[in-house]
Amino acid sequence: MSETSVSQGTTGTAGSFVYTAGPATGNEILIDGWELIVGLEVHVELATLTKLFSASANRFGDDPNTNIDPVTLGLPGALPVLNRHAVELAMRIGLALNCTIQPSTFHRKNYFYPDMPKAYQISQYDQPINVNGFLALPDGKQIGIERAHLEEDTGKSTHFGGTGGRIHGSDYSLIDFNRAGVPLVEIVSRPDIRTAEEARQYVTELRSILVAIGASDAKMEEGSMRCDANVSVHKPGTPYGTRCEIKNVNSIRSLGRAIEYEARRQIDMNDAGETVRQETRHWDENDGRTHTLRSKEDADDYRYFLEPDLVPLHPSAEWIQAVRDAMPMLPGARRARLSQATGVPADAEAIMVVVERGQDDYVLAVAAAGGDVGRALVHVKEAFADEGATPTVPAADLAGLTLLEVRGSITATQAKTVLADIVAAGGGDATAIAAAKGFEAMDTGALEAMVDQVLADNPVAWAKYCSGEDKAMGALVGAAMKASQGKADGKLVTALVQAKRKG
Amino acid sequence: MSERITTADVVKVAKLARLDLDPAAIERTTAQLAGMLEHFADIDALDLGDVQPMNQPYPLVNVFRDDVIVAGLNRDEVLAAAPDAEDGRFRVPPILGLDS
Repeated sequence: MSETSVSQGTTGTAGSFVYTAGPATGNEILIDGWELIVGLEVHVELATLTKLFSASANRFGDDPNTNIDPVTLGLPGALPVLNRHAVELAMRIGLALNCTIQPSTFHRKNYFYPDMPKAYQISQYDQPINVNGFLALPDGKQIGIERAHLEEDTGKSTHFGGTGGRIHGSDYSLIDFNRAGVPLVEIVSRPDIRTAEEARQYVTELRSILVAIGASDAKMEEGSMRCDANVSVHKPGTPYGTRCEIKNVNSIRSLGRAIEYEARRQIDMNDAGETVRQETRHWDENDGRTHTLRSKEDADDYRYFLEPDLVPLHPSAEWIQAVRDAMPMLPGARRARLSQATGVPADAEAIMVVVERGQDDYVLAVAAAGGDVGRALVHVKEAFADEGATPTVPAADLAGLTLLEVRGSITATQAKTVLADIVAAGGGDATAIAAAKGFEAMDTGALEAMVDQVLADNPVAWAKYCSGEDKAMGALVGAAMKASQGKADGKLVTALVQAKRKG
Repeated sequence: MSERITTADVVKVAKLARLDLDPAAIERTTAQLAGMLEHFADIDALDLGDVQPMNQPYPLVNVFRDDVIVAGLNRDEVLAAAPDAEDGRFRVPPILGLDS
């Protein structure tokens, strides 16, 4: 249920699952002897046109209460009818997260709160559509997915009076039901996350997947993706500690901060001999702390029962296969493909960035046009940040540039200058632009003469290098680049200097 | 149903359902619910090991609608029927404090 105007959400339905800690392995990541155990519950709004059970628009930012109907408002006699496309998007999420798609049912989750006017939320309970999957982080570690189930979103409450829009002590609240009934999928991870950084990676990767499969725009700042963290600490080899659920985390950065703060709080309590209470805590972005939200024992007594107005959902094997066949390549597979083509590790920054921008197809197109794929990756990462998935520069033009580079016709520095012109013009012939700028490779004889001169002009650096101080190379190459006004190829200069030391 | 329902159970459920029951109503309701639950105890006593649980009385699955927007209700008419409204929204009393 909504606790403030910004946070919302349904408490997790996964509370019935019991996890047991395994024996200590000695490989745990420890903070002052304590191991952090994190599970995440991520709610995503599905990119449908209409609500989960009614035909009002699912649209962010409309005037309040302009997308409402009898089902949304829980008027007497109104009956929900399931949105087929929402089911399909939920199935895409399940397949992308390696889940089993199974026959499922809907339950009523009963509570009195004005953001849900019919006094219950329709959610999937003990028979969710997607179960038992995993998400692979960029470094290959798998985070288990317990379930990813369908449910409806709540309305939006804004609190007035009292102190600063907080629910406590407010005088009254205003309710907008545009969001009530918007389809959500709640993705519940297993408690497999061990650091705040892994939590950030998980949410980042999940977001990329959701966008790639068109299931959600997954914008945390607009609330179409929301994240709650279950955090506990324990000593390796002992049972898991009492967990606290952290809500109101509105960015990936806040998620990391909130987990780090909460881990420290629990460790300090344990070290001081105090007992961590199971409770829901609210992350406050301003003071960088978590605060008690509620610890009422009967707050979670939702008296679930099967929704009598909806029939079971049994996706056929044919339907599941059709959804599977229509799935696009996922970010992890795209990174692996680009890694294989370039020889750069899949979790290297250039690969992560280029795949995130959707420019990996373009890099491969440059290679297909005869270009050097490694140089293409670097240039696309560095120079195409403002371009979309399909840069305006023709792949053949970038291919031409990379060829000049790898043949040694122009230096990396010169290539950047030429590329800036090509990007500004939306394309161009690298050879012609390089020639117009007077960029031409120095021939080997001229280069060697220049290097000899540089060594003569920099006797101290040269002596250091000859005595085994490899870092002195930097000064020599720098001097050569300066002497050649950037025309020399740094790699060739390095090779020449090395050869001269040996010789 | 091995345990009989108690007045404490009824008080808790009434509170969750926001029902204000006086002591006489709690006694009466407890007795009525106990009678209903005894009926379920009769069912529990049968051997139903090879009977599938029934999720739904209708022999239907997969009832869907297409994802097509249909104009809904007029906001002003709806808000005019609400107890209180402000700024295009429903105005409701303070949310916490209802329990006390």
